[in-house]
Amino acid sequence: MDLNPTKKSTLKGYLYLLPALLILITFNIYPIIKSFVMSLYTDFDFFTGEVFAYGFGNFVEIFQDPNFRIAIVNTVIFVIGVVPLSIVLSLIISLFLNSKIKFRGAFRTIYFLPYVTSVVAISIVWSWIFHYDYGLLNYFLSWFGIDPIAWLRDPQYAMPALIIVSVWKGLGFNIMIMLAGLQTIDEQYYLAAKVDGASAWHRFKSVTLPLLSPTLFFVSIISIINGFKVFDEIFALFDGRPGPGNSALTVVYYIYQKFYEEWQFGLASAAAFVLFIIIFLFTIIQLVLGKKFVHYN
Amino acid sequence: MRKEALSKSTIYILLSFGAILMLLPFIWMISTSLKAPNEVMALPPVWIPSELHWENYTEATEIAPFGRYFVNSVIITILSTLGELITTILAAYAFSRINFYGRDVVFAILLGTMMVPSEVLMIPNFVTLSDLGWIDTYKALIIPWTASIFAIFLLRQFFLGIPKELSYAAKVDGCSEFKFLWYVMVPLAKPALITIALLKIIGSWNSFLWPLIMTNSTEMRTLPVGLTAFTTEAGIQYGLLMAASAMVILPMVIIFFLMQKYIVAGVTRAGLKG
Repeated sequence: MDLNPTKKSTLKGYLYLLPALLILITFNIYPIIKSFVMSLYTDFDFFTGEVFAYGFGNFVEIFQDPNFRIAIVNTVIFVIGVVPLSIVLSLIISLFLNSKIKFRGAFRTIYFLPYVTSVVAISIVWSWIFHYDYGLLNYFLSWFGIDPIAWLRDPQYAMPALIIVSVWKGLGFNIMIMLAGLQTIDEQYYLAAKVDGASAWHRFKSVTLPLLSPTLFFVSIISIINGFKVFDEIFALFDGRPGPGNSALTVVYYIYQKFYEEWQFGLASAAAFVLFIIIFLFTIIQLVLGKKFVHYN
Repeated sequence: MRKEALSKSTIYILLSFGAILMLLPFIWMISTSLKAPNEVMALPPVWIPSELHWENYTEATEIAPFGRYFVNSVIITILSTLGELITTILAAYAFSRINFYGRDVVFAILLGTMMVPSEVLMIPNFVTLSDLGWIDTYKALIIPWTASIFAIFLLRQFFLGIPKELSYAAKVDGCSEFKFLWYVMVPLAKPALITIALLKIIGSWNSFLWPLIMTNSTEMRTLPVGLTAFTTEAGIQYGLLMAASAMVILPMVIIFFLMQKYIVAGVTRAGLKG
């Protein structure tokens, strides 16, 4: 069974692979190429499938489109708003959970709960929490003498609202990965540091942080990549619109608009290709820098 | 023992405060879903409804066909999960137990394409599916999702950990390879398969953008798509809206409580392996 490949074993191997390959080639691999080709369609009839002209015009057009620029800027603001906040919070919580406390399992379950829930459904719940007159959030803020905020209608607050929901939703996943990372750190390092009289902060800085750095790095990259793909939350929070005055228009939302609302397949594909390049770059950074700078034990 | 910087009680207080923040949206959803309209819009907020208005749930299903959405979601989730399990078992077996020409190249190509986000593939897939005439059918919502590179990778790793001697022994005993896979490998890999199935069920149940784009008719909507349509249909009736949201959220919460161990194992393995 594990002999050198023969004609017979090759035939058998591909027979076993056939169902998976059929699906993956049709719906995963072919579309990668097709998506790039489609981004070059400058004159195209969707109904007949006829292409009259190719070129880089779509890329020129989206980069001149102020909405695309807004989408890129908003997405970057979103990522900068979500990722550091989420990483710091989940690091603190996972350190707490990793210290010897009771009800650890229960806490872990609660923090992880949002991960399994539908983004769309829970965003609708959040839109009720953000309600201007009767929302819970404005009610809590009123305890501190803060005037009601139009979270979902004021362009200034739409992005913070979106960030709150995303941090809340993503915390559990990050905590889970960090807890797994923390458990790989040998207790002996801490004992040794303690014998040397290192303070709790020192032990965190010189033992936990460097040994956890591969995990932190991984979680950051995953969060950045997911941040660039944000869509469902926006659609549900703002009722099928990209926020007031395009204040929550992101790259995927832009793709969705061009593709599904305006039927501009070429422009949508060009924008999708830009998204792919951004994500590709972060994946490369993860592969290259991850091995170079991060402390692996 | 190593966090005396903060006292135990401080940690408990902070963790409990965080836990309340995590649970609050769920509690608020359930509470609102059982309230009469006058209690929904009340200041200060009413936490426990004076009367439980379960009819919000039935009323929501009368305004929009949530029964139909529910059935659609169940059918799509079950069939795409079964499909994925079958293709994954066969492919993982080939990659871990059969030595054939091009194996490593094919595997590398598959892993390389894993990072391409589905949002990028959506447009060409829409064109393919409309050429096939599958738009607005179950086929469009199921078949493209019956194979997953991530699942194949996960199961292959698991299969590699099963001793090779077992397959030699089976061969000596005259057991066919397919029988060996089905009666020996699959039962041994049960924890991995349960994990793969659960991650798939959650992903499939909650998926939104794909069914939004691939369906046009009300009858073909899945629960999340139907729910976003319902926000316009229900208007400002938050009691009904929260009841509908609960119908989407609760099945996965129940599955999570029952099968937490496997879901956590899958997520952390996915995380640590990268």
